[in-house]
Amino acid sequence: MKRSSFNFPKLTGSLFIAIPLMLSTPGLATAETTITAVMQAPLRSLDPVITTAYVIRNYGYMIYDTLLSVDAEGKIQPQMLEKWEVSPDGKTYTFTLRDGLKWHDGKPVTSTDCIASIERWSTQDKMGQITKDLTASIDRIDDKSFSMTFTTATNIVLRALSKPSSLAAFMMPESVAKTPPAQAITEAVGSGPFKFVMDQYKPGVNALFVKNTEYVSRAEPPSGMAGGRVVKVDKVRWVAMPDAMTGINAIKNGEIDYIEQAPYDLLPLLEGDGEINLIVSKLQGGQPIMRLNHLLPPFNNKLARQAAMAAIDQEQIMQADIGNPKYYSTCGALFGCNTTYASTVGSEDLVKANPEKSKALLKEAGYDGTPIVIMHPTDFANAGGSFVPVIAQQLRQGGFTVDVQAMDWQTVVTRRASQKPVSEGGWNIFTTYLSLADISDPLSNYSVAANGKGAWFGWPDSPEIEKLRQNFATTDNDKELKSLAEQVQKLAMDDVAVVPLGEFSVVAAARKSLTGILNAPVPVFWNIEKTGK
Amino acid sequence: MFSAILKRLAATIPVLLVVAIVIFSVLRLTPGDPAAIVAGDGATVQQIEQIRHHMGLDQPIPVQFYRWIGDVMQGDFGTSLISGLPVKDMILDRMGPTIAITLYTVLYTILISIPIGILSAWRRGKAVDKAVTAASVLGFSVPVFITAYLLIFLFSMVLGWLPVQGYRPLSAGIWEHIRHMILPVASLGTIYIALLTRFVRSSIIDTLNEDYIRTARAKGLNERSILMRHALPNAAVPILTIIGLTITMLIGGVVVTESVFNIPGLGRLVVEAILAKDFTIIQALIILFSVVDIVVNLVVDILYRFVDPRIDS
Repeated sequence: MKRSSFNFPKLTGSLFIAIPLMLSTPGLATAETTITAVMQAPLRSLDPVITTAYVIRNYGYMIYDTLLSVDAEGKIQPQMLEKWEVSPDGKTYTFTLRDGLKWHDGKPVTSTDCIASIERWSTQDKMGQITKDLTASIDRIDDKSFSMTFTTATNIVLRALSKPSSLAAFMMPESVAKTPPAQAITEAVGSGPFKFVMDQYKPGVNALFVKNTEYVSRAEPPSGMAGGRVVKVDKVRWVAMPDAMTGINAIKNGEIDYIEQAPYDLLPLLEGDGEINLIVSKLQGGQPIMRLNHLLPPFNNKLARQAAMAAIDQEQIMQADIGNPKYYSTCGALFGCNTTYASTVGSEDLVKANPEKSKALLKEAGYDGTPIVIMHPTDFANAGGSFVPVIAQQLRQGGFTVDVQAMDWQTVVTRRASQKPVSEGGWNIFTTYLSLADISDPLSNYSVAANGKGAWFGWPDSPEIEKLRQNFATTDNDKELKSLAEQVQKLAMDDVAVVPLGEFSVVAAARKSLTGILNAPVPVFWNIEKTGK
Repeated sequence: MFSAILKRLAATIPVLLVVAIVIFSVLRLTPGDPAAIVAGDGATVQQIEQIRHHMGLDQPIPVQFYRWIGDVMQGDFGTSLISGLPVKDMILDRMGPTIAITLYTVLYTILISIPIGILSAWRRGKAVDKAVTAASVLGFSVPVFITAYLLIFLFSMVLGWLPVQGYRPLSAGIWEHIRHMILPVASLGTIYIALLTRFVRSSIIDTLNEDYIRTARAKGLNERSILMRHALPNAAVPILTIIGLTITMLIGGVVVTESVFNIPGLGRLVVEAILAKDFTIIQALIILFSVVDIVVNLVVDILYRFVDPRIDS
């Protein structure tokens, strides 16, 4: 036999020398004070106006700034603005920017930039759209000032521009803000307290922010989303952590500093750790909801919708969703249980199940036993993965025939847009959760919008609710606003525009080396100091 | 041999075209809409329609395919539907960690399993062989994530020697690079070591039963020479096949390891892209994996000819 020239030891030895040379890639810089954080989802796109994804909203607060913001007491405060003035007739608002505001490319922030930003944002945001509908004109006065005139006396512009969550009205340079609203922006030039390091950005993996040394912070102390935004670290790095257990091990081992939302079932692993603080935030919490399709039988009949609501027992659902009662509560208030517009009117049948009432209502509705399709996002616990089976069983006990269809969340997201019959890919029920920051009033809470096919998925149609929401937009009397919110709550519960399933708090985990973490509706990184490891 | 290689290369073109058509069609037929994902939870049907129009996803599927394949022919894989960044750049970014983990795992597997497999074959039926067989069965029976968590617990959480997670390129320092690779490679390698050890053992045993081995022994050759110069080269063809298969399985198939150790490689990219219905990335990756598969098989075929010149004739 001919002797072979094949030699395993030689081959492997050569590879050991060759591989290190082949794998040289640009490295990651290190810094003295870098916060390494795991956010609730990886950052994959950079347009906080095109999407309502919370991680992109959080990204927005890193690099952009807002004209107004809301403090811890719920009061609207100037942020980029030096001041605003209202005309005696209440129809014209004049806004004046602070001195020294600059974009990250060094150019000054001007009123033209702000006007373009408001125009783009108002095409996408629901409260922005209401503001736009009431706007007669937006006029530039000079580089630092502009005015907005409305067709009626209203302070909606202040409420809309200051609201903390999706979609927050972030200011962008005019060249960026001119991007068509349906086209995602890919630039990252803001005027906020952090700068985005584009060449270190790996979508879904890594995002690096560095302190914006030219940022002119307000002098007031931070309060809620308002006040000074003083950055006290050099860098903040967001890393994606696809495996929750790895995140827990990494923070225990000191490899990361912060987890925005620690999984509830793994919290016991952190509770006894002397190096880690668990920060329970009600403000950043959420409201799981059940949404019924008002276009299709049986839920095109109000009685059937009321039957579904009567069948629900929040306590059981929240047990399945969150588990530990420390972190959830039952709540029948559409606008949150501890908010300015909290009201539980009309939710008497919601918190506790009443299957007998459900059956009676179904009988009255003439329900024929056709199975109702519930979409079950098995890969997304908080959106229903954990609690849809509980809802299904409660509905069965309430007299419904139920068809639970398991699918991934992205399929739910696609299918819920279908207005077709169930046999052609439609649906009857989907579940998700809304951030409490998004539901605090009848305008920002898009789940109560009831303008038929123009409304959010489920398409409730109630001209009375829409009329009240319009009034809410044009009223600035606090007492009247509360009264209007209560009326919306009552009508929305009667019409079953949406079924709130309770409230939960978010639990963040932070190493004790981090101090100054603010209790705000959005996780923010200004004011945080890092000492040691 | 040259003409054989050229023929194989020419045969890859229709294969890749079929792969492109199949993956493009399958993606369009599966549920999921990238526009709805980009728009987020609060978007209305109208907003999603606008985004879909901007992405070109409202065009007929043949038109979309024609545009895409035309761009691919010119080396342009387009931009990610979700991030808006060039697909080529995103894949190149993720390639380093996957190449590292694949090559280290293959090397580690070869270095461990070939000597052990030979030893096991040589001591067939003895205690060593039985121990190796038992360890092999355990090795490919325990899921990789269990091995990974156990190794993390021991070496990171208890002993504090190695990091829990992350990837560092070589430019961050050789030791930094290696210490982040030890646990992933050790976890992933367990299965492949078990697999390859079994193959080496059975291949060598088959070879040791051949007449020419008996002749070599009759000539008075020592066991080392018999094993290394006669048995191993003749058992190399099936071993090479398994090594080739291992490489193709590792590229894109290391999702669990990459997830548990938070390594930003191609395996994670493909899963993220599938979950986000990022069509352009999925299409590019499937084509890339197909090319890797073809190239690895081609290289293995060429190596066959070196280790066994009879194949060439």
